[in-house]
Amino acid sequence: MSNKHIDEIENQMKLANESLPEKECSLFADDRPTTVGAFNKYYEGFLNWARSRSLWMLAFGTGCGATELRPLMTSRYDMSRYGIAPRPTPRQASVFVVGGYASIKTIKRIIRSYEQMQGPKYVIALGSCTINGGMYYDSYNTINRLDYYIPVDVYIAGCMPRPEALIAGFNRLKEKIRAGECEGMNEYVEKFDWYKKNQKQIIKDWNMPDYNW
Amino acid sequence: MSIWTQVLYAAISVTVATVYGLTLGGIVRKIYARVHGRFGPPVWQPFLDIIQTSSRRVSVSHGNMFLLGPVFRLAGGLGTYLFIPVIFGSALFGNFSMAGDLLLVMYFVFFGQLGMALGAGQGGHPYSPLGIARGLAQMSAFEVPFTLAVIAVAIQYNSLNITSIVAAQQGSFLNWTLFTNPLAVIAAMISMLGMNMHSPFSIVLAPQEIPIGPPIEMNSGFLSILQTNRGLFAAAKLVLFMNLFFGGATNLLEMIAKTFFIYMFSVFVGAAYPRFRPEQSFRFFLKWPTVVGVLSIIYIAYLGGVS
Amino acid sequence: MEQLIKKIKGMVHLRAYGKQRDDLHFVTVDKAQLEMILAHLKNYEGFTHLAFLQAVDLLEEGKFRLIYMLYNYSTNVNLGVNVLIDRDNAEMNSIHKLWAHGWQYQRELHELFGIDFPDSPRVHESFVLEGWEEMPPMRRDFDTLEYSNRTFYQRPGRSTNDPAEYMKEKIYKNYPAAPVIRRDNE
Repeated sequence: MSNKHIDEIENQMKLANESLPEKECSLFADDRPTTVGAFNKYYEGFLNWARSRSLWMLAFGTGCGATELRPLMTSRYDMSRYGIAPRPTPRQASVFVVGGYASIKTIKRIIRSYEQMQGPKYVIALGSCTINGGMYYDSYNTINRLDYYIPVDVYIAGCMPRPEALIAGFNRLKEKIRAGECEGMNEYVEKFDWYKKNQKQIIKDWNMPDYNW
Repeated sequence: MSIWTQVLYAAISVTVATVYGLTLGGIVRKIYARVHGRFGPPVWQPFLDIIQTSSRRVSVSHGNMFLLGPVFRLAGGLGTYLFIPVIFGSALFGNFSMAGDLLLVMYFVFFGQLGMALGAGQGGHPYSPLGIARGLAQMSAFEVPFTLAVIAVAIQYNSLNITSIVAAQQGSFLNWTLFTNPLAVIAAMISMLGMNMHSPFSIVLAPQEIPIGPPIEMNSGFLSILQTNRGLFAAAKLVLFMNLFFGGATNLLEMIAKTFFIYMFSVFVGAAYPRFRPEQSFRFFLKWPTVVGVLSIIYIAYLGGVS
Repeated sequence: MEQLIKKIKGMVHLRAYGKQRDDLHFVTVDKAQLEMILAHLKNYEGFTHLAFLQAVDLLEEGKFRLIYMLYNYSTNVNLGVNVLIDRDNAEMNSIHKLWAHGWQYQRELHELFGIDFPDSPRVHESFVLEGWEEMPPMRRDFDTLEYSNRTFYQRPGRSTNDPAEYMKEKIYKNYPAAPVIRRDNE
């Protein structure tokens, strides 16, 4: 293959970052995310066991459902005995609990935070609003289905689900992780264009890079 | 003893110290949980956390200094530990103790934070310089009483070698610095509260206001290095305090018992007290502990101690 | 309070007056005289606090009703000053010089109702809706369900239950009827 062809292919692999101003383009990465598979089946089984015993939750309350995370963190329901701990930064978190309705302004931040998390990363969608819009199904400002914007591993129905339901959801997530079914990170990369199309359809002022590294 | 035997011994010693430090961290989390009225995570939770962070499939770096930051931090922890004789008279846990190692250890306690400052600064997140500024300021503040206490100890035993300081405290528990020079121990123990960054002085990591402070951009493998270092560094500091002020240890069990109770002092204080603001914490260290430290030097150098 | 209303009546053209409670009164004034009466109430009558500024869409009359809710800390009285403005090309004078925080309310009203406040600082910046392209969504002729169906993906199979009926049927079938609290005035 000639150099020209290689350049073309490389350009296709890059992200356009069209909505960024010209002078800011050099400040942001334009690499596409890539799928990263497991290193070895048996080793991965051990790692998945460890990951399921140490879930670090991103402490980002995206909606009213974040209210239910406070009793879960504190003495009443104490999630730390299940190995779940809140982390204040997406760089270190592995579980994203989307708390209830996500307005358009929030879903933009959700996407940013989700993309900044280092995989394998899991998403728990809490409340009816993330499933089908819940009581806000006819609102002009809240999304109806979260799985059109980021991959979701576990849904917890209810408005609001009690902390017990959240614990059950976390335990379901642990089972799925141990079974090796939580590949949301790779799913997001494989269907990247579809997710981006959906996201850009509702986020009209897209003023960030196409993938927030 | 050949160098390779020494390297092997050092590797064993570092592994034991890291495992011990991490377990201690797990126990402390359990104690805090019980104080809050919770069950708390299992004692082995720090190990699971390290496996989890190091097994992330991707990781984002911000440049060369960012890569070096955690390495410097670990070097600080290793350096602190490797020059302290852990168990008096033991070849296995003697490490690389030598004449004047006390000065080297004092330097290494400070070194990790400086390296971290370089690395985290390149992360570009505004909270990490903020955390580092607080961390370095607090470190400078608690170094003052700690250094004064160490100077008092050095004058008292007329030595800068930790092994000979420990040797001078053997015999009876009345020979410990705790009883021969209590003022220095008071100053040093208060500065240890700041060194361990438990509650009254936990402003550096402040998870609520400046999310997690310096390591905010650290992810995946970088974070697991920092976590490992946290275990090792905690053990190293405790062993240093045990050697200087509490008569050292002649076997592993004695070491574990003594360091455990030394650590519990800062844990109990941390569980009972709310957090200082930065300026309060700096002023606190520069006020009473410093006065006590100066008094301890006067007591030893001019009044001649107890004898 | 009667004295105050009389005083207002003497100063401006008082279109309507209503008393909701002893500590909650509403007056309706002309658009041109609003700033004058607000300044008077703030400076001389002790209504120093602007609790909120909100709009009501009177679609049938083709008007917006703006409500400036004032509060008097010394007498604990709320006074709502209403003003009616035209719905088409709705425009109003800014009050950010009287209450500095008024600009934020005006920015919100501009975004959600499309009411313009020409002098108000930063009034054209987006408030909660970033990059909104339709008509202002709090206007009553905006069909939110149609917009939601068009923009967001509905999940099929959605159904609705009345919670009280549903719980009675499913959970509390054999549960005795809940005691009804009777009050004196029933």
